[in-house]
Amino acid sequence: MIPAAFTYHRAESVDDALRLLAEHGDDAKLLAGGHSLLPLMKLRLAVPELLVDVTALRELAFVEDAGPEVRIGALTRHHDLANSALLARAVPLLAHAAGTIGDPQVRHRGTLGGSLAHGDAAADLPAVVLALDAVLVLRGPDGTRDVPAAEFFVDFFETALEPGEIITEVRVPKQTAGWDFQKFTRRAIDWAVVGVAVAGDAVALVNMGATPLRATAVETALAAGAPLAEAAERAADGTSPADEPAASADYRRHLARVLVRRALENSRA
Amino acid sequence: MRVTITVNDTEQRHEVEDRTLLVHFLRETCGLTGTNTGCDTTSCGACTVLLDGESVKSCTVLAAQADGHDVTTIEGLSTDERLHPVQRAFQECHGLQCGFCTPGMVLASVSLLQENPSPTEREVRDGLEGNLCRCTGYQNIVDSVLTASREETAR
Ligand SMILES: Cc1cc2nc3c(=O)[nH]c(=O)nc-3n(C[C@H](O)[C@H](O)[C@H](O)COP(=O)(O)OP(=O)(O)OC[C@H]3O[C@@H](n4cnc5c(N)ncnc54)[C@H](O)[C@@H]3O)c2cc1C
Ligand code: FES
Ligand code: FES
Repeated sequence: MIPAAFTYHRAESVDDALRLLAEHGDDAKLLAGGHSLLPLMKLRLAVPELLVDVTALRELAFVEDAGPEVRIGALTRHHDLANSALLARAVPLLAHAAGTIGDPQVRHRGTLGGSLAHGDAAADLPAVVLALDAVLVLRGPDGTRDVPAAEFFVDFFETALEPGEIITEVRVPKQTAGWDFQKFTRRAIDWAVVGVAVAGDAVALVNMGATPLRATAVETALAAGAPLAEAAERAADGTSPADEPAASADYRRHLARVLVRRALENSRA
Repeated sequence: MRVTITVNDTEQRHEVEDRTLLVHFLRETCGLTGTNTGCDTTSCGACTVLLDGESVKSCTVLAAQADGHDVTTIEGLSTDERLHPVQRAFQECHGLQCGFCTPGMVLASVSLLQENPSPTEREVRDGLEGNLCRCTGYQNIVDSVLTASREETAR
């Protein structure tokens, strides 16, 4: 499979990338790790005319201690998230979840910003940043704005990114409470059938609807002092999981309840 | 576009279409057919090569993205007729049958051992998660990687 013809441009700076996106509008696409975009282009589900490669912008690949939070450049690869000593200490949920993505080859290429911008509800990091109450920093032609993760994921593969905007960094509050990550897959390197990220009293779900979701009914039950097992029974409330031959909606709802219970118990063990 | 990629320590300077995948660049433009294409969908790992020393699936990297970088393929692992320790271990431990997955397996293993020189069996299995083999049942592949790791760390 070979993508349809396009022009490749390697951006020299964030401004260069922003300028090209502004000039070419919908015909242009950013290329980060390429591990969501290139497969789509090979299937010709995406046919951009211009690819703006930002991988050379090393100024967007960093993990930095910023007091109460950690600042992470959008181009930080999954491999570097998983191997960051700072993240292992300060945001272990993110480091751990990044290490479960795909396989080593995928993690050597895929980036945090690419994963969030792609907006796939079956992906791991969107639910993780949602559980962690992270803030995404977006830069566009009109300047920079902060968008909380809770407002970023809008619908099926749809995010709050406006045309011409780039995610430059993600700011994640340091974790202070127990956490856990559960990912149920059918085979090695598969995406989660259902996944659960727990950070303290925050619970987020992978693949239980059009976007990553907070399990608000579970969180409310926890806040009211319900035992963990009882709170976990509410895991599928308000969700709309896909109904597929490989995993029915009912099966996914069942998985969500089981995995949320496990994750809550592990996070408090 | 014109790309310059250092493949196995040799500078390869070629005019290619912007959409050329790295695997096609290696096989067709450079004539290095040791890198196989299996699934073509980033799943099987047969096309694994090292990009700046790290394993990547070359069916999902553009030649343009590798412009200015270093690539190592199976042809570049051995020097002066001497097999790389990982290749030698695959031979000794019968880590291959038909051999189709082997170039990718070997390069994924080299990358794995670089990051973790003394992996446990579990870590080897996890580290080769992105590489499929239809023949061996993986047991001898895992033995090969563990053997290579012991030989390397003993040196
Ligand atoms: C075999 C395989 C298995 C995988 N398994 C998993 C898994 O288990 N879990 C999981 O979560 N993911 C998985 N993935 C997806 C992987 O994590 C991707 O790398 C990731 O989703 C996209 O990141 P990228 O850097 O490769 O982005 P790209 O593919 O380069 O880009 C994706 C999209 O985001 C846009 N974009 C990229 N960067 C930015 C930015 N900074 N600002 C704005 N827009 C941007 C691009 O224009 C494009 O539309 C898998 C992928 C493969 C191929
Ligand atoms: S051919 Fe590239 S992963 Fe299968
Ligand atoms: S040896 Fe035949 S596919 Fe692995």
